[in-house]
Amino acid sequence: MAAHLKKRVYEEFTKVVQQQHEDLSTKKLRLTKPSKSAALHVDLCKATSPADALQYLLQFARKPVEVESVEGVVRILLEHYYKENDASVRLKIASLLGLLSKTAGFSPDCIMDDAINTLQNEKSHQVLAQLLDTLLVIGTKLPENPSVRMRLVEVACKHLTDSSHGVRNKCLQLIGCLGPVEKGVAKEAESQAAKDVQKIIGDHFNDQDPRVRTAAIKAMLQLHERGLKLQQAIYSQACKLLADDYEQVRSAAVQLIWVLSQLYPESIVPIPSSNEEIRLVDDAFGKICHMVSDGSWVVRVQAAKLLGSMQQVSSHFLEQTLDKKLMSDLRRKRTAHERAKELYSSGEFSSGRKWGDDAPKEEIDTGAVNLIESGACGAFVHGLEDEMYEVRIAAVEALCMLAQSSPSFAEKCLDFLVDMFNDEIEEVRLQSIHTMRKISNNITLREDQLDTVLAVLEDSSRDIREALHELLCCTNVSTKEGIHLALVELLKNLTKYPTDRESIWKCLKFLGSRHPTLVLPLVPELLSTHPFFDTPEPDMDDPAYIAVLVLIFNAAKSCPTMPALFSDHTFRHYAYLRDSLSHLVPPLRLPGRKLVSSAVSPSITPHEDPSQQFLHQSLERVYNFQHLDPQGIQELLEFTIRDLQRLGELQSELAGMADFTATYLQCQLLLIKALQEKLWNVAAPLYLKQNALASAAAKQILEETYKMEFMYSGVESRQVVIIHHMRLQAKALQLIVTARTTRGVEPLFGMCEKFLQEVDSFQRCFISELPHMQGSFVDKLLDLMPRLVTSKPSEVVKILQTTLRQSTFLHLPLPEQLHRATANIIEPTGESDNPLRFTSGLVVALDVDATLEHVQDPQGTVKVQVLYPDGQAQLIHPKPADFRNPGPGRHRLITQVYLSHTAWTEPCQIEVRLLLAYSSNRSKASTRIPKSTWSESLEALPPSENGIEGTIPFSKPVKVYIMPKPARR
Amino acid sequence: RRFPDFSYITQNGRLTDFLDCVIISHFHLDHCGALPYFSEMVGYDGPIYMTHPTKAICPILLEDYRKITVDKKGETNFFTSQMIKDCMKKVVAVHLHQTVQVDEELEIKAYYAGHVLGAAMFQIKVGCESVVYTGDYNMTPDRHLGAAWIDKCRPDLLISESTYATTIRDSKRCRERDFLKKVHETVERGGKVLIPVFALGRAQELCILLETFWERMNLKAPIYFSTGLTEKANHYYKLFITWTNQKIRKTFVQRNMFEFKHIKAFDRAFADNPGPMVVFATPGMLHAGQSLQIFRKWAGNEKNMVIMPGYCVQGTVGHKILSGQRKLEMEGRQILEVKMQVEYMSFSAHADAKGIMQLIRQAEPRNVLLVHGEAKKMEFLKQKIEQEFHVSCFMPANGETTTILTNPCIPVDISLGLLKRETAIGPLPDAKKPKLMHGTLLMKDNSFRLVSPEQALKELGLAEHQLRFTCRVHIQDPRKEHETVLRVYNHLKGILKDYSVQHLPDGSITVESILIQATAHSEDQGTKVLLVSWTYQDEELGSYLTSLLKKGLPQST
Repeated sequence: MAAHLKKRVYEEFTKVVQQQHEDLSTKKLRLTKPSKSAALHVDLCKATSPADALQYLLQFARKPVEVESVEGVVRILLEHYYKENDASVRLKIASLLGLLSKTAGFSPDCIMDDAINTLQNEKSHQVLAQLLDTLLVIGTKLPENPSVRMRLVEVACKHLTDSSHGVRNKCLQLIGCLGPVEKGVAKEAESQAAKDVQKIIGDHFNDQDPRVRTAAIKAMLQLHERGLKLQQAIYSQACKLLADDYEQVRSAAVQLIWVLSQLYPESIVPIPSSNEEIRLVDDAFGKICHMVSDGSWVVRVQAAKLLGSMQQVSSHFLEQTLDKKLMSDLRRKRTAHERAKELYSSGEFSSGRKWGDDAPKEEIDTGAVNLIESGACGAFVHGLEDEMYEVRIAAVEALCMLAQSSPSFAEKCLDFLVDMFNDEIEEVRLQSIHTMRKISNNITLREDQLDTVLAVLEDSSRDIREALHELLCCTNVSTKEGIHLALVELLKNLTKYPTDRESIWKCLKFLGSRHPTLVLPLVPELLSTHPFFDTPEPDMDDPAYIAVLVLIFNAAKSCPTMPALFSDHTFRHYAYLRDSLSHLVPPLRLPGRKLVSSAVSPSITPHEDPSQQFLHQSLERVYNFQHLDPQGIQELLEFTIRDLQRLGELQSELAGMADFTATYLQCQLLLIKALQEKLWNVAAPLYLKQNALASAAAKQILEETYKMEFMYSGVESRQVVIIHHMRLQAKALQLIVTARTTRGVEPLFGMCEKFLQEVDSFQRCFISELPHMQGSFVDKLLDLMPRLVTSKPSEVVKILQTTLRQSTFLHLPLPEQLHRATANIIEPTGESDNPLRFTSGLVVALDVDATLEHVQDPQGTVKVQVLYPDGQAQLIHPKPADFRNPGPGRHRLITQVYLSHTAWTEPCQIEVRLLLAYSSNRSKASTRIPKSTWSESLEALPPSENGIEGTIPFSKPVKVYIMPKPARR
Repeated sequence: RRFPDFSYITQNGRLTDFLDCVIISHFHLDHCGALPYFSEMVGYDGPIYMTHPTKAICPILLEDYRKITVDKKGETNFFTSQMIKDCMKKVVAVHLHQTVQVDEELEIKAYYAGHVLGAAMFQIKVGCESVVYTGDYNMTPDRHLGAAWIDKCRPDLLISESTYATTIRDSKRCRERDFLKKVHETVERGGKVLIPVFALGRAQELCILLETFWERMNLKAPIYFSTGLTEKANHYYKLFITWTNQKIRKTFVQRNMFEFKHIKAFDRAFADNPGPMVVFATPGMLHAGQSLQIFRKWAGNEKNMVIMPGYCVQGTVGHKILSGQRKLEMEGRQILEVKMQVEYMSFSAHADAKGIMQLIRQAEPRNVLLVHGEAKKMEFLKQKIEQEFHVSCFMPANGETTTILTNPCIPVDISLGLLKRETAIGPLPDAKKPKLMHGTLLMKDNSFRLVSPEQALKELGLAEHQLRFTCRVHIQDPRKEHETVLRVYNHLKGILKDYSVQHLPDGSITVESILIQATAHSEDQGTKVLLVSWTYQDEELGSYLTSLLKKGLPQST
């Protein structure tokens, strides 16, 4: 029977191959195509031993196969499959079948029957598993074909009884990925297969092999992900799996329980060994909490992570997670947290100097002590003390998420979070500080907690300190002593790490504005004023004094009685600081002083903001310039650009908008200048000057348009059109200039064609926007398009010239929010006179620290450029891990740049700056071309032809003094 | 009587014949102090197993111990340096999770135990019976060691230490924070901090703690540790990085944490240096040596501080100052006034009650035995263990013998054919669930084999006997015989859907291999006699069938 079948299939497919050959050779004259499968065929026939055949197959797998020849190759492979006796070769063929059916554009339903047939006669378990894998690939490639899926699922069900775990594994995976999800289909299936997928998978929850058990749970989760509602009955099964011997089973089971708890949070489950009942989500919470003290850290991480997302759990259970009863010799003992709290409430400061301060107090009933926690008890206490930092981080994250949704829990977990500030791993410390910041709305810090928090300010890691400053920005402090303590510690921090200046001032600004009433009683002490005597005036440039003033002025903003306590010089200092550090010092209404600028009533909304109005008005004026003479237009543009630039400097929130429009107007100005008629009419020999001017203008416009497109965040498609339009105009200008300077027509043909192509692609990309562009350059150009295509280059140039001149200036609509990408290099400062010495030929690492604002995807775009005095430039791509994201729209780059050079005779300066890389096809084609899965060795795709890559410098260059010394011999 | 009393080991000569091997769990002297005495003076030549760090550090401690006992106390009947060396030659070092075959039956395996560097728990296994001995262990990680870990090895007996049977401790982090805060405050005030420690274990933990704190906080005050033993021990800590905790193992590529940047070796002259400093000095209870010297120098200044990181025996200076004594009488009738601050910090590396329970949960033993603790406290823990895990728990006193019942597995060889045949019947075998198999158990030449009945008969040269049960069932049915048979047939067919029920042409019915025949009763034609016959293999089905037939046939319609 088997032999017959084999023969039949064999005959069948040989026929097909022949047809294939004919087909291809008649259709197309590309001889490489059929030779692909033919070569494989020849190779495989040549192979004498299985090892040889395997080698050929491996070689074959390295090269991709075109869509048209896939089927032919599959037939060849199948032929050899039937002939082959060696299991390893069959295995490779099976895996190749899977890879081939993944080929994009190939529909694998034609090979499905063959693949299923091969399954029936296969004896080797490994090959069987591989074939099932191939079927899985085929099934996933045919998503909208339920009958195929049903058939595959049936095949898989048949093989579920196989004795090899690999085969059962794959079967379950297949069922999970392809099993019917919709109810209707399931009904139909019942008539056919009479089986319920969930039940089939559920039966394998207690398979004898742990790998199969894991696969079964994973398949169940896969079904859930595909939208099938899992039955609640699985819950009890899953609970049993939590006690499995194997960690991967437990890990998957924890996930399954979590999924079920999200599906049926409110259903009631009985507690075994008692007749009480609780909500399912509470029960699941307890069970997952129990897994936080599992033996395997993988499971612990998994459990701790999932806890965070179980927000429906009742508060009673939630609070148990922080529960820990201490005892010593069977007597109850208070935890350090409780002691601290008591000391605080009794108004005493912690002495902490007594032995037996923590002496155990009352006796406890031996029966009442629960040593092994049932359910949620102490889960976080365990998780936060775990030996693996992965578990601790996961626990902190979970704590954060739960605390955000429950204020009372937030209050309770505070002590534990504060403790985590002293973890031995920096990542954990940082994470817990961030967590605390996120929940700070719900909490008020006690003094002793604040004390611990502030102790971390001395940490030598900048990240930690800055995170802590951010935390202090949004903390609530309960007492005036607390504020004082915070100020003192911050000032200590300032003297120890002067580079933290900005961050500390900012922190104090918020601290002051949040706690005006607590600052008020401290003012005389802080300003060291005396009721009778005048005190010496403090140094105005002292950062510590500025810090104190920032705190006080911000508090005074909402506390009108405070200025009465100021002495004369304080007012003077206020005026100075208000000017020099306007972002830190708020406008104050001071008695007896007229500060008109500060009298802006806060009720004005940004819409009525005069500066915004000014921006719009000046733009209006520009757009209506048609009636002016050329000279007038130029002047108007120049003035407007100047105004806008100044506006950008004054109003930081409008800077992006103002710069953006100013750049646009600048482009327009350049275009107008370049096209001035009288210059174009001069005789040929005098072209030179004009040409230089025009080509320079064209070049600059191109650069500016790239800046406009890529340097601003919030640019919408409406703006992109205008920008591209401007670029098109610049290119037209370039073409005209070249036409006038080059002799002969030959090179012009190419250029014209290219330009027309660009016009064409512009039309294709922005077809929807064209109606808005009446009377514009491109609009006119498109009207003339049929003529342009047929005419000679010289005519084209002429047409272009007139169209350019006649076209109207397009109105640039402004988006809601527009921000310019900026970068500021903090380190190196460029002030050092000591050259960085290193031996030539070796490398020296230069620390670069920069803040980036409004940069999208900095990991991909921001580069560091190093310019050596000899003109040599070096471009460095920082690692993705070097970018941190402290807040929305802000990034921080902390990286090391490696410098090297041959020996110099004396120290010299190099320039370091940041660049923003762009490529013009990135903006349009946001969907990246998916990587070919066919083989890893496939070379990277060549960049598409019309993609223009470039960089824009967007930070001030910083000079670094270096000195490569000659190597000593 | 004075302890330790080594004569307790044995008075009856060499022990090599009685012991298969000796296992040392870690290098603390209460676990290995008598080893040279035992192996060299009593006499033992078998293998001694310990982990690599224990093997490295153990001889240093033994030598130190010998010096103090012999040179200072003048003990005579004690081992010599040479004996320590000879003893160490018998040691076989083991790795974690390495299974060591001691002899044909006995195998041992080490698990990580925390506590001190190189501490291990040992699983001892013979056949399928096993014992886990924990030694001392710690379930909470500290600054230099990880937590004890064991897999679900399900031993028959778990022998656990129970030092803190009735204590549940607060988190380590609180204690560490307190400690660091106190040290930091004193140093900032310009005071000196004295930390009396024992050379190994806590000393390294506190060193790491202070070192990382100094690093983090960018502090400049010098930290010293006393030379000698500590220095030597630090050297070994540097070498055995794989035995330390996650943080040290991960960062070791950049820098070995035990290569201290801020901690330097102490010199006697440094004690008089002005300015703040932190000094680790031995011994830990301030009863003699360097720590006491420094204490006397610094005690008079209230800016200074002494931190006792562990327990102090009664009568030592350490205990006196901890209990609040401010005036101490030193030798030579000197009165020393203690003005410096005295702090106590407990840094203990034993598992607390929760930790012990956690280990039991991890290992899932069938019995637990508690040692290394006080009887009263163990009583409490025992009760808890029995209550929570439902396993029996023992706490024998010294010299007491405990008998534990186990269910040893007896391995039996089974022919592959039979195994395959038997597993093919019924559903797939479930995980870890016993499965019923039919076969013949042959016990021959001290070996067990499970073979198929036919093979057993062949091997034993016996003829096969058939055993058949027959049973007569009387049924009231006036109809003819073949009609009755037909009714019976239809009835059975209706009920036994899963079995093959056949009506044979000779008028009998077979259900699988069970034969049913009907004859009319010789006296009463209205009564039919059904003869049911089955072999003993089909006993279950046969008896079910008879009971079914005895109920009678349903009334025909």
